[in-house]
Amino acid sequence: MYFQLAWRNIWRNPRRTTVITTAVIIGVWSMILLGALMQGIAGEMVRNGIATLTGDIQVHHKGYRSDPVIENSITDSQVVETALGTILPPGALWAPRVRVNAIASNARHSSGVTLVGIDPGREATVSFIGKAIAQGRYLTLDDTYGAVVGKALTDKFETRLGHKLVLMSEDAGGEIASRAFRIVGVFRAEMKATEKQFLFVTMPAAQQMLKLKKAISEVSIILPGEQQADEVAAALQNALPSTEYEVQTWQELLPFVTAVLKMYDGFIFLWFLVTFIAMGFGIVNTLLMAVFERIREFGLLKALGMKPWWIVKEVLAESFFLLILGMAIGNSLGFLSVFALSVNGIDLSSLSAGLEFAGMPRVIYPILQGKDVIMANLVVFILGLLVSAYPAVKAARFTPVEAMAHT
Amino acid sequence: MSLDVKMAWRNVWRNPRRSVLTMLAIAFASLLLVFMLSWQFGSYDTMINSAVTIHTGHLQVQAKGYNDTGDIRLVVPNPAAIAGILEKTRGIAAYTFRADAFSLVTSKERTYGAMVIGIDPAREAGVSTFKELIRQGSYLSAGDIDQALVGELLAKNLQVGLGDELVVLGQGRDGSIAATVAKVKGIFSSGQEDFDRSTIHIPLTYFQDVYTMHGAVHEVVALCESLGDVPEMKRAVAAGIRNLSKDDHQLVVLDWMELIPGLIEGIKMDLVSGFIFYIILIVVVAFSILNTFLMAIFERTREYGVLLAVGITPWRLTKLILIESSSITVVGVVMGIIAGSLITWYFQVHGIIISGAAEVLRQYGLPERMFPQLSVLSVTIGPALVLVITLLTALYPALKVRRLRPVEALASV
Repeated sequence: MYFQLAWRNIWRNPRRTTVITTAVIIGVWSMILLGALMQGIAGEMVRNGIATLTGDIQVHHKGYRSDPVIENSITDSQVVETALGTILPPGALWAPRVRVNAIASNARHSSGVTLVGIDPGREATVSFIGKAIAQGRYLTLDDTYGAVVGKALTDKFETRLGHKLVLMSEDAGGEIASRAFRIVGVFRAEMKATEKQFLFVTMPAAQQMLKLKKAISEVSIILPGEQQADEVAAALQNALPSTEYEVQTWQELLPFVTAVLKMYDGFIFLWFLVTFIAMGFGIVNTLLMAVFERIREFGLLKALGMKPWWIVKEVLAESFFLLILGMAIGNSLGFLSVFALSVNGIDLSSLSAGLEFAGMPRVIYPILQGKDVIMANLVVFILGLLVSAYPAVKAARFTPVEAMAHT
Repeated sequence: MSLDVKMAWRNVWRNPRRSVLTMLAIAFASLLLVFMLSWQFGSYDTMINSAVTIHTGHLQVQAKGYNDTGDIRLVVPNPAAIAGILEKTRGIAAYTFRADAFSLVTSKERTYGAMVIGIDPAREAGVSTFKELIRQGSYLSAGDIDQALVGELLAKNLQVGLGDELVVLGQGRDGSIAATVAKVKGIFSSGQEDFDRSTIHIPLTYFQDVYTMHGAVHEVVALCESLGDVPEMKRAVAAGIRNLSKDDHQLVVLDWMELIPGLIEGIKMDLVSGFIFYIILIVVVAFSILNTFLMAIFERTREYGVLLAVGITPWRLTKLILIESSSITVVGVVMGIIAGSLITWYFQVHGIIISGAAEVLRQYGLPERMFPQLSVLSVTIGPALVLVITLLTALYPALKVRRLRPVEALASV
């Protein structure tokens, strides 16, 4: 009965109800949409980080992470391969790599780079490089002297496809090894820093140059699902002797991204609260007005024997309908706009220098996360009912005599 | 006129609870905007200042093209001439010279590529915060020759400590081989991983000697007395260079925006996204208070009917209502400005620590504790936006009332 009464009451003044519902709708819509946009940025940062040679999980020789030198290589890759074969869930992909700091130089320039020796076929399935070639071609396994370098690096070195670069690095024996490579491909990446940093050659070429025999620096793994990285990493670590190998998830490998994600979560929640407070004033005011213009009515109800608690419930039911209505439409609008935007994404390329500085992607695809949607609605609903308690109690406090005297 | 104001003001207080709530909604929005904008501006100041003082300075004089390629042959051949110009330019707080070369750095155990930077120890301390970043050992002093300051991460990678020797191998300005042995005198940490992993600093005179610079440098770095002076200083220095001999005509003056283009764009992006948030917030507030304005009028339909019947013009009625809603708005905005400024001022003195963000901030060279910065702009922009949007909201009911017909209005309860 309360609900019926309340529903009729809110439509006694349709204009008022429309206006306040609009406030709730805009609030909820902005919460959903902006939450999704921020998650989209965060998600893209994670995806980028993972694709830029991180992967969901990496296996290294112990100590490689803090001291990435050639002595900390995995000499017996067979052990790791066996463990991967038994533990990885079906659909998981992995690739071995040789990865060392090196110096690239040509006649005019020299600069520090990360030399990455890859298995071209496997690598293409786990990281960005397979799809990133802008000029020339990707590596093939028999490219003994071919290298793929970033566009920004070729600009810096004033060089181009077909020209030579000399790479120098320490080999397994502690001597300086150097070898000339010909640029067979130029890649583009989301970040200029990536283009400048990584230089790809085939794994056999790197192993030969560095006298590594069959040793590798790391194994990068991409899992089919998303959330299970922790469990798989733990299982892998159990299967491999911890004195020799360390297994890390992307959260540990990309501390910066993990910190940004946490900050975004906090920011989204704060934004929800702030938006709520902005519409909270409107909700309270509207209900107060609705209550005060019905003083006589409440007095009459009380005189007829209605308990104060019932009146509280009736007013709260009105607030309930206002909120539910606003939330329903706000959510649908939010979902619709997220859906519309996620088709093409929001292209921010014109701000690319700023984006790069902030470590953000160039195109943002909003991502709806269940927890944000639930949180937004919970904030609005629970706090909405809470603030409505004020007008509700006010309404219950009118004494019949003073209320009936009111005009 | 004053009668109208009086009437409007009394109308505001006929329902104090409603008016106060409306004012509070407006005050909340203004308060939040004052705080957020002060916060944003404050963090930009901190960002620019720390970026500028860690490395780039406000202005740099370099050879044309050096900024893009870092080619060791593109030099400022006669630094003393530039120093002369800077000395004469009022408003330049400090300046220093630097030279850089990418080289191989080898310890007993390891070899890494690193940027070797030649600095003038005394002058450098006036321009950048570099001296304060030394974590172990000590900073370079005037007479030092074969001493080096090494980034913390690079020292770790090279496995060197204080007093250990480093072999530096690179290419000199004339293409010859530059090689030397330097001792680690200090280890620095800026928190910016790139910088700490890939640079070592040696005395400038020593650098010029090793890399056969013949007295030349790569960058003349200047710090202005205030950020606002930078464009003017830039013009003054550029004019000074044009008066120099032919040799120096290849020199350019770059300001911090050209030296770190990402910074200014990052700031623009942050401002734009901030404003999207603010506009949405204000619209939500506007709808919240539209109701109050509407109701204040519709519950007084009868009253307006009487006023119209006794001959008040519709325009005057509109004016009356507008004065009423503007008073509410103005009181709310003023409350918001005062409360917002007080809160902001508190944090401006004490600073705010964003828990968990320290790691993110450090990568941008920012301190963990941030300070909002009150300014005329940050205090006025937000509330002005609120004022404008709220007054636009108030127009709807005020114009609506003009359609009232006295007879119908009188008939309504």
